[in-house]
Amino acid sequence: MITNSLVASQLSAGYGDNIILDGLDLAVPPGKITTIVGANASGKSTLLRTMSRLISPRHGHVLLDGKSIHRTPSRELARRLGLLPQSPIAPEGIVVADLVSRGRHPHHGTFSRWTAKDDEAVAAALTATKTAELAERPMEELSGGQRQRVWIAMALAQQTEILLLDEPTTFLDISHQVEVLDLLTDLNRTRGTTIVMVLHDLNLAARYADYLVAMAEGRLHVSGKPEDVLTEENVRQVFGLESRIITDPTSDRPIMLPIGRHRMTTGQAR
Amino acid sequence: MTTLSSTTGSIVGSRRHRARRRHVVIAVLLILLAAFFALTLSLGQSFTPPGEVIRVLLGEQVPGASFTVEQLRLPRAVLSVLAGLSFGLGGAAFQIMLRNPLASPDIIGINWGASAAAVFAIVVLSLKGPAVSILAVTSGLGVALLIYVLSFRNGVAGTRLILVGIGVSAMLESFIAYILSNAPAWNLQEAMRWLTGSVNGAQLDQAPPLLLALAVLGGLLLSQARNLEALRLGDDTAAALGVGVARTRIIVIVSAVGVIAFATAVTGPIAFVAFLSGPIAARTIGNNGSLLIPAALVGALLVLAGDYCGQFLLPSRYPVGVITGALGAPYLIFLIVRANRSGASL
Repeated sequence: MITNSLVASQLSAGYGDNIILDGLDLAVPPGKITTIVGANASGKSTLLRTMSRLISPRHGHVLLDGKSIHRTPSRELARRLGLLPQSPIAPEGIVVADLVSRGRHPHHGTFSRWTAKDDEAVAAALTATKTAELAERPMEELSGGQRQRVWIAMALAQQTEILLLDEPTTFLDISHQVEVLDLLTDLNRTRGTTIVMVLHDLNLAARYADYLVAMAEGRLHVSGKPEDVLTEENVRQVFGLESRIITDPTSDRPIMLPIGRHRMTTGQAR
Repeated sequence: MTTLSSTTGSIVGSRRHRARRRHVVIAVLLILLAAFFALTLSLGQSFTPPGEVIRVLLGEQVPGASFTVEQLRLPRAVLSVLAGLSFGLGGAAFQIMLRNPLASPDIIGINWGASAAAVFAIVVLSLKGPAVSILAVTSGLGVALLIYVLSFRNGVAGTRLILVGIGVSAMLESFIAYILSNAPAWNLQEAMRWLTGSVNGAQLDQAPPLLLALAVLGGLLLSQARNLEALRLGDDTAAALGVGVARTRIIVIVSAVGVIAFATAVTGPIAFVAFLSGPIAARTIGNNGSLLIPAALVGALLVLAGDYCGQFLLPSRYPVGVITGALGAPYLIFLIVRANRSGASL
């Protein structure tokens, strides 16, 4: 049965002798936006890479609709589960339309021909990400925000029900970060795409998540609704940081205000 | 606001435009290749009218033309084309796979591995023909494996592989020089073949094994063209697009090393053809689909034109490798200078 349930059970993985994920359990809610936060080296990227089959687990499984993804043929998996890595490479001189059309790769065999369906998928991806006007431009001429929208368009052209993104807002200024996250929310709302992303910014993660996951030391520390996860206690445990949580008046989502050693006016009064 | 259907329309238009440009460039390369091939058959130290060339090719005995065309020019032209296709194809496959123009088999030592084995087989073991090819291919694969193992640390990084490869090439080159210097009465022209590559003394019966290798291994490489294109976006992106990265790598390495080694066993390591073909093809065709076929055609053109130039257009005769070497060296320097300027690690 296709329910797009993506589940990691007792997952351990790492590089060489270095174990990074250590017996992690996570059930990704289908049709929702899940964001993963955690300190550096807590295993966020490794989790995403293992869930998309870039790394084989030492122990445990990643199951898509009950079937291990490490036993699914790679092309078949790539039609259902997409991943945008942290730093994809744009070949020199490639134009946007060409790059986006690379997303059709898993829908083709070695000798199959390009079809009208492929053109439509590419056009739909360009339209959804508002990059249709850029279609003929070479990637190196675009701004960082535009470039990231094009990469997302490529992942969309892949037409997967689940999309994993590794820090899709890195290197973007704040307005482009919001633009990219809004775009991903649109996709989730209009297409029902399940989205899982690693984000650095706790407040943006809490703002855009239906389901927030906090990782620490290769394990899932706590997960659930943003208001239940983003608490002063959890921030202390996961990041080792004192903070204050207030409610964002525009979104009613929690906002974390870090407390440092300096510049405090009300710190002691609390 | 553009609508979806008008976007689809312009997508189709631009895709057709790119495909057309690709076809035009490939057609031009084919025509150039055919023209050069015809030129080398009819104009050398003497001129043979095209009519006579055709009669010779059809099997007629033409006094004064049969020997020159059939024995001298044709084998040379055929082997130039086959070797050029092999070097161009294998070189571009490596460069695309490792996303680095310096990752060409002639820079990272694979040509030298095949060449060293061929020299050893001919000079020391007094072998001939297929035995030499087999040894060259095995040794090319062995050197590729050696470089791979030496540069392995948590996966293979392109730069490390290139640096290890340059070191291995230097060792193999000195090995070749050592054997040649110890070979008594070894004639200079033959020695040059194993140092820079040459099609001097080409024989038509050397062509079939080369053609067979090119058909089988080249076909295998072309079957990976799409996966190679996906690899250009990075290993992770390619894997996310459903490419079996490790599997593609192995197929590409084995078949690219194979075509290169077969060609090297006949002509020696014709300098820089593998290295130059991919980038030249990329300049002419742009980003319009796989580079493999255009690069192979450019390789054939380089060897054919380089050999012609070395034979007839310069004051004294040079083997083709000297000419392609003279072309390749400045480009190598250019690449290194550019990498230095942009601060990239090669």
